[in-house]
Amino acid sequence: MSTEGLEAFSLAGRVAIVTGGNRGIGLAIAEALAKAGACVAIAARDEAAGKHAAARIGDKAMFIETDVTSQDSCQAMVRCAENHFGRLDILVNNAGIMRASRAEDTALADWQAVLDINLTGAFLCAQAAYPAMRRQKAGKIINMGSLAAIFGTAAGAAYACSKGGIVQLTRSLAVSWGPDNIQVNALLPGYIESDMTRRAEAERPGAFDAKRVRTPAGRIGRPEDIAGAAVFLASRASGFITGASIPVDGGYAIQL
Amino acid sequence: MGIFSGKVALVTGAGSGIGRATACGFAAAGALVALADIDLEAAEDTAALIAQSGGKCLPLRADTSLAEDAAVSVAKTVSAFGRLDIAFNNAGISGGRPGQDDFDEARYDRVMAVNAKGVWLGMKYQIPEVLRGGGAIVNMASIAGLTGVGAFAYTASKHAVIGMTKAAASRYAGAGIRINAICPGAVDTPMLARATAGVVAPPGTTGPLAAAEDIAAAVLWLCSDQAKFITGHPLVVDGGILAG
Repeated sequence: MSTEGLEAFSLAGRVAIVTGGNRGIGLAIAEALAKAGACVAIAARDEAAGKHAAARIGDKAMFIETDVTSQDSCQAMVRCAENHFGRLDILVNNAGIMRASRAEDTALADWQAVLDINLTGAFLCAQAAYPAMRRQKAGKIINMGSLAAIFGTAAGAAYACSKGGIVQLTRSLAVSWGPDNIQVNALLPGYIESDMTRRAEAERPGAFDAKRVRTPAGRIGRPEDIAGAAVFLASRASGFITGASIPVDGGYAIQL
Repeated sequence: MGIFSGKVALVTGAGSGIGRATACGFAAAGALVALADIDLEAAEDTAALIAQSGGKCLPLRADTSLAEDAAVSVAKTVSAFGRLDIAFNNAGISGGRPGQDDFDEARYDRVMAVNAKGVWLGMKYQIPEVLRGGGAIVNMASIAGLTGVGAFAYTASKHAVIGMTKAAASRYAGAGIRINAICPGAVDTPMLARATAGVVAPPGTTGPLAAAEDIAAAVLWLCSDQAKFITGHPLVVDGGILAG
């Protein structure tokens, strides 16, 4: 590989959308994509947090108010990013929610909200992004899965189903859009420090201690661990990787 | 890019194909690279390519199926460059054609010796050195390590590589060594050309063909800080074959 080959790791001149990019893992990904050279649109519902996040990244970032459960909103999101930055190369489907409850106690509305945002939302955003990527004959879609896609989750059946669905959505889109030179992959974070996990630990002290012990690396993950993987999957260097679901978990999935 | 500046990498099977492309990638990114190959001239050809671009490297002759060669490769690397941070246990053989050589005992033994035991021996001698400062190891598997469509011995050897990669990753994650496997589909290399010479593949069995550089890029990433929380994973780089 020549030094020119290493340019394949750069995102200079690329345009990315990161859904749920206003905090946690999404924000870390947006920051890392920008640092690697990309312009980044942060798509989220929360305007104040989204604008704050975009401002933190600087001139190469913008905020787009988006509801990923609405087809119209997803299409408007893509139009807005294209109008502002002139193209679209990278979509990171990161927006997601977790509503913890045992299956016997789960309200139908909660089940549907989780699937609507985590799974249907990723599908709608990908569908909206496809025409631009097909036109450019190149595109990168990164879906946020979870280890819950491969392990059962006692207090989160809806979440686990939504993330299991992400793995199959990833494979299906990879097969469908491979001929258009669009690579579609998923990252499966293990337990990651985030607002979501911090809330869970506040509600149930020590909730993740057992996970730390069970993780070969001896710690739970950090948002920047996921960001490094996302930058690679967003770059040309990963041009032959598609349909893959990659755990970013300090070795936790080895137990499977 | 310089992301491996000051790092020392050992690549086996560095005389051709994926090994050569990866060794050149490490060198371009600033690493000092030891180039082991059973064919010393091939390793020297890779060394010449690296030297042309201003990189530093050390060609070595090694049969990775032999404990002594595995030990000497590590010892010479450390002696020349002072340390070992990264190893890519890439050397492998195809061992003949599916359906034709499946029950050839000598081929089975040789394929397992190079592809499976060779990786095990590599880790045996590399890990004590990598433990000193932490680092990353990538072992060459294949999509044949996840499926059952290939020649018996090759398929078994690649399943073995993935199994030992997970076990070793689990053992050494807490000690600062990440160990992953890479699972290419079909790659445009001399090994593939030899294995498929004169073979007309049945319709529907051929997928997209990767360049060696496509696989090299994934190996470089797995060894970089961008992948610092990824260990024990068999990374599939197959252009979507397994997805569909």
